[in-house]
Amino acid sequence: MESISVLMTCPPVHPYLVEALEKRFTLHKLDSVPDKPQFLSSHRDSIRAVVGNAAAGADAELIDQLPKLEIVSSYSVGLDKIDLAKCKEKGIRVTNTPDVLTDDVADLALGLMLAVLRRLCESDRYVRSGLWKKGDYKLTTKFSGKTVGIIGLGRIGMAIAQRAEAFSCPISYFSRSQKPGINYKYHPSVVDLAANCDILVVACALTPETRHIINREVIDALGPKGVLINIGRGPHVDEAELVSALVEGRLGGAGLDVFQDEPNVPEELFKLENVVLLPHVGSGTVETRQAMADLVVGNLEAHFLNKPLLTPVV
Amino acid sequence: MESIGVLLMCPMYSYLEQELQSRFNLFKLWQQPPSKITEFLKSNQRTIKAVVSNARVGVDAQLIDSLPNLEIVASFSVGFDKIDLKRCEEKGIRVTNTPDVLTDDVADLGIALILAVLRKICPCDGFVRSGKWKDGDFGLSTKFSSKPVGIVGLGRIGSAIAKRAQAFGCSISYHSRTQKPLKPYKYYDNIVDLAKNCSILVVACSLTDETRHIVNREVIDALGPRGILINVGRGAHVDEPELVSALLEGRLAGAGLDVYEDEPEVPEPLLRLDNVVLLPHVGSDTVETCNAMADLVLANLEAHFNSRPLPTPVI
Repeated sequence: MESISVLMTCPPVHPYLVEALEKRFTLHKLDSVPDKPQFLSSHRDSIRAVVGNAAAGADAELIDQLPKLEIVSSYSVGLDKIDLAKCKEKGIRVTNTPDVLTDDVADLALGLMLAVLRRLCESDRYVRSGLWKKGDYKLTTKFSGKTVGIIGLGRIGMAIAQRAEAFSCPISYFSRSQKPGINYKYHPSVVDLAANCDILVVACALTPETRHIINREVIDALGPKGVLINIGRGPHVDEAELVSALVEGRLGGAGLDVFQDEPNVPEELFKLENVVLLPHVGSGTVETRQAMADLVVGNLEAHFLNKPLLTPVV
Repeated sequence: MESIGVLLMCPMYSYLEQELQSRFNLFKLWQQPPSKITEFLKSNQRTIKAVVSNARVGVDAQLIDSLPNLEIVASFSVGFDKIDLKRCEEKGIRVTNTPDVLTDDVADLGIALILAVLRKICPCDGFVRSGKWKDGDFGLSTKFSSKPVGIVGLGRIGSAIAKRAQAFGCSISYHSRTQKPLKPYKYYDNIVDLAKNCSILVVACSLTDETRHIVNREVIDALGPRGILINVGRGAHVDEPELVSALLEGRLAGAGLDVYEDEPEVPEPLLRLDNVVLLPHVGSDTVETCNAMADLVLANLEAHFNSRPLPTPVI
């Protein structure tokens, strides 16, 4: 298979994945190509696979430039950077990395909730700066027993719910349709969910329908004691509205792992002590990234060996 | 009851202070210059019938002996390691604490520390705020879910930590003075074996003469270079210099600490490490819980001075 050309459209951040691909295929890294249009034009007849991630995938423009493209294998569970309709049209297979990262992302959601409510990072800074010698840190807010509202009750949403339940948090949710056999309280709208929970978690897929699903109205409903947690995608949230709500005290706090335009983060957030800001590390553990890389490689191998794909989307 | 003298050992919580002030004749020990304390206690020893203490400032034999009319010590904490129980028992002095109301908060913090250490939440937040994310990604951390968790002390707090950790798919094992037959977790009759068989060791027992430095060099070695230590008990549970050198030398992967041997002093070398999370003894420091703890202190005092059964007596 070494003769098969694979194009990596995302930055080649993880050595393990890059090595695994280089061992099996001829890997091209779009990131390090100085003249991208020229490169795509000269390689249009050889590239048969694309590997993308949460930051970069395969949009319509790229797909049109690669007539021999057979499969897009994403190093992520999110598919928002891939033009799925175009792939379907052209018979291009698409795979992602579900399940293997569910635990990590759910863990981080809980980590964010606890860190925001209990002001973990601020307290740690308080100790390191020597301020504790001058006086105790202030009181924070209890997490256990707070109502957690989840948008999207898929694999990740359910994993978050299961963890939060162990903290005696009542769980409520919103999703496209009510899930039968689920004991959690369903709300028919996000605004309704926001008005009735203390901590609102975004855990759904990013689609044209869910873009800016967290808007001014939802933020107002969540209110000055409410906390927003986003481990989905930056565009789920109207970021400008979120920033002004936090700065003006109309929202109690936020734990964010994703942003509208990563790695750019609105600087007004940097001086706030009621936010925790993470650099999109939801699935960023050694264990999980290795499992994700194995899935990417496994899917590509299966495709080129005419075997069933491991985790196909299309 | 305004004539009953209550001695408050240190500033604790404004709501508690205000209530004590309005219900009793409140004396604030910290407002006395150190040189005048003996005199102060002597001139008020007839009036003072109660002492309110906490995790930080306790009640030793010397203080007890200087207050001949002392009837009750009500602690604004669940731990009572700083109270000379033996002396109180000898003199028939009642002692109360604040169990249960703070169990959730402390357990929550235990889990928060585990997540923060393993997933590097604090360094990540600093990374974003410093603008470094624009220069490249953070780097990988370590998964929490499914890691084996070992708990020292399976009382209220230890059990609450176990319940939470189980929801993350973690196997739970524990060490305590005696095995708890109703608990479905694996028991180790010694802490070294517990440490050998877990990735995350959590200290959640009470501080007694037996548990002082229960986490020592041997335990740290058994926990090993990939293990992490979480302490939501008391600083004295851990041999602090051994912990510090293990962390500096990479013989322990990380630590999440809410308590230290000599608060508010924290060993300098820890302040520069990014594989530790250092909190200023905030285990039960939420508004909700402090209110509940204060109400319990007040309820214990009211019950005592009205000759009713104490809600949460230790002795």
